[in-house]
Amino acid sequence: MIEAISAFLSYSFLRNALIVGILVSLCCALLGVSLVLKRYSMIGDGLSHVGFGAMAVALAFNFSPLYIALPVVIIAAFLLLSVSVKSKIGGDSAIALISTSSVAIGVMIVSMTQGMTTDISSYMFGSILVMTSSDVILSIISTLMVLILYLLFYNRIFAITFDEPFAKATGTNTTLFNSLIAVLTAVTIVVGMRMMGAMLISSLIIFPALSALRICKSFGSVVLVSAIVSVIAFIIGIFTSFMIDSPAGATVVISNLVVFILFNIYGKIFRKN
Amino acid sequence: MSIIQCENLSISFNKTSVLKDLSFTVEEGDYLCIVGENGSGKSTLIKCLLGLEVPDKGHIITEKSLFDHIGYLPQQTSIQRDFPATVFEVVLSGFLNDLGFSIFYSKKHKQTADKMLKLFGIYEIKNKSYRTLSGGQQQRVLLARAMCSTKRLLLLDEPLSGLDPLVVSDFYTIMHKLNHIHKITIIMVSHSISEAVREANKILHLCDDCSYFFGSTEDYIKSPFGERFLGRTDK
Repeated sequence: MIEAISAFLSYSFLRNALIVGILVSLCCALLGVSLVLKRYSMIGDGLSHVGFGAMAVALAFNFSPLYIALPVVIIAAFLLLSVSVKSKIGGDSAIALISTSSVAIGVMIVSMTQGMTTDISSYMFGSILVMTSSDVILSIISTLMVLILYLLFYNRIFAITFDEPFAKATGTNTTLFNSLIAVLTAVTIVVGMRMMGAMLISSLIIFPALSALRICKSFGSVVLVSAIVSVIAFIIGIFTSFMIDSPAGATVVISNLVVFILFNIYGKIFRKN
Repeated sequence: MSIIQCENLSISFNKTSVLKDLSFTVEEGDYLCIVGENGSGKSTLIKCLLGLEVPDKGHIITEKSLFDHIGYLPQQTSIQRDFPATVFEVVLSGFLNDLGFSIFYSKKHKQTADKMLKLFGIYEIKNKSYRTLSGGQQQRVLLARAMCSTKRLLLLDEPLSGLDPLVVSDFYTIMHKLNHIHKITIIMVSHSISEAVREANKILHLCDDCSYFFGSTEDYIKSPFGERFLGRTDK
């Protein structure tokens, strides 16, 4: 076991992937609690699809993918949020519309310019080979941002998640905080997308929060447990993928799924007693 | 002394006008019930009073300090019903506008929250999860939260929808206590005209056709509005 771990850590790209993955998992878990509870989890999914489209366009025109994807996804975050807020019923179909269109545009552009290459498949389903030290730096910056803002505004985030009209009526700028969460989600998704894959990154947002919801009774514990669960599930997933030579993104999702099922069973037994 | 004064208020909802030239005043210590059919603009009016929506025309005049410390009980949402939060977490969030630049709630906040929990008889379930509570208990938790953010004025938006009769009568007892003993001004949107007449000292009745009645409960009973609606509901 120890040999396997030291073998894993001897590759520099795996070390990078481990750092980026842990940080992204942490951010996703924190933001995911609010998004899941506010019934906005589809926004995370939509954003990653928009991100895929933007990356494909950037690739076709030989731009650095990150510089295109980041602003595009942030703009999309505002768009999706306003769509969801304005029309609760039409919101989810609007998100589905935007995300499938983005993927379609991305696929079209790629197939016209260079054909379906491995590059594209790695963007869709993730690749740990692409993690560079600049990804590590970017993920450290964005994680610090998320952690600091989350801690500073923890009570406000709770109040807005639990009861937005009340928070607004008592003088909290809810639009500002909603936008803040959307922007942080956008940044986190763009950072994590290339490793986890555009199709799979949203699971990091949704699974940990859902797992924590099965067993926790307070908001504080949901936040804490989902952060811990997310990081542990990621580490288990990436080591497993290294050991059995499976795709990293998919293995991490499966690892999260297993945790969710276990928590679900535990929650059911616990509640019965 | 009047603490809220509304003059010639016109409000529209989804681009159709629901209130026209509405004027009324709320005095310190009043217990005002806002009644009327669905879609007559009751909730929209409350949202205007809170500043969540802007009226098309007219003025709402209040003391500036009043709305820094308002207690608001919104209609419950489906999100809240299975929200993972302890009773204490929810009640503490009533101090949100008191936080200022500090990150956490102070000891004083926590003590006041405990006091409110005791006042509403839910201190024993302080650490229970909100989603496991009954409808009546959830209502008390939200009331305790509202009381944390105010010392003067409570705004309640249909607080009793979906609650059983026993809880409803309990609720009115608490409201009576808050109004008479703690001298809290209450503005409540209600579906039940007969209970509004029994409990409140002022009635604002909004109609579909933008007409309205505003006045004391005694005047309301004698008015054509009162005769028409009370006659119907008492049968």
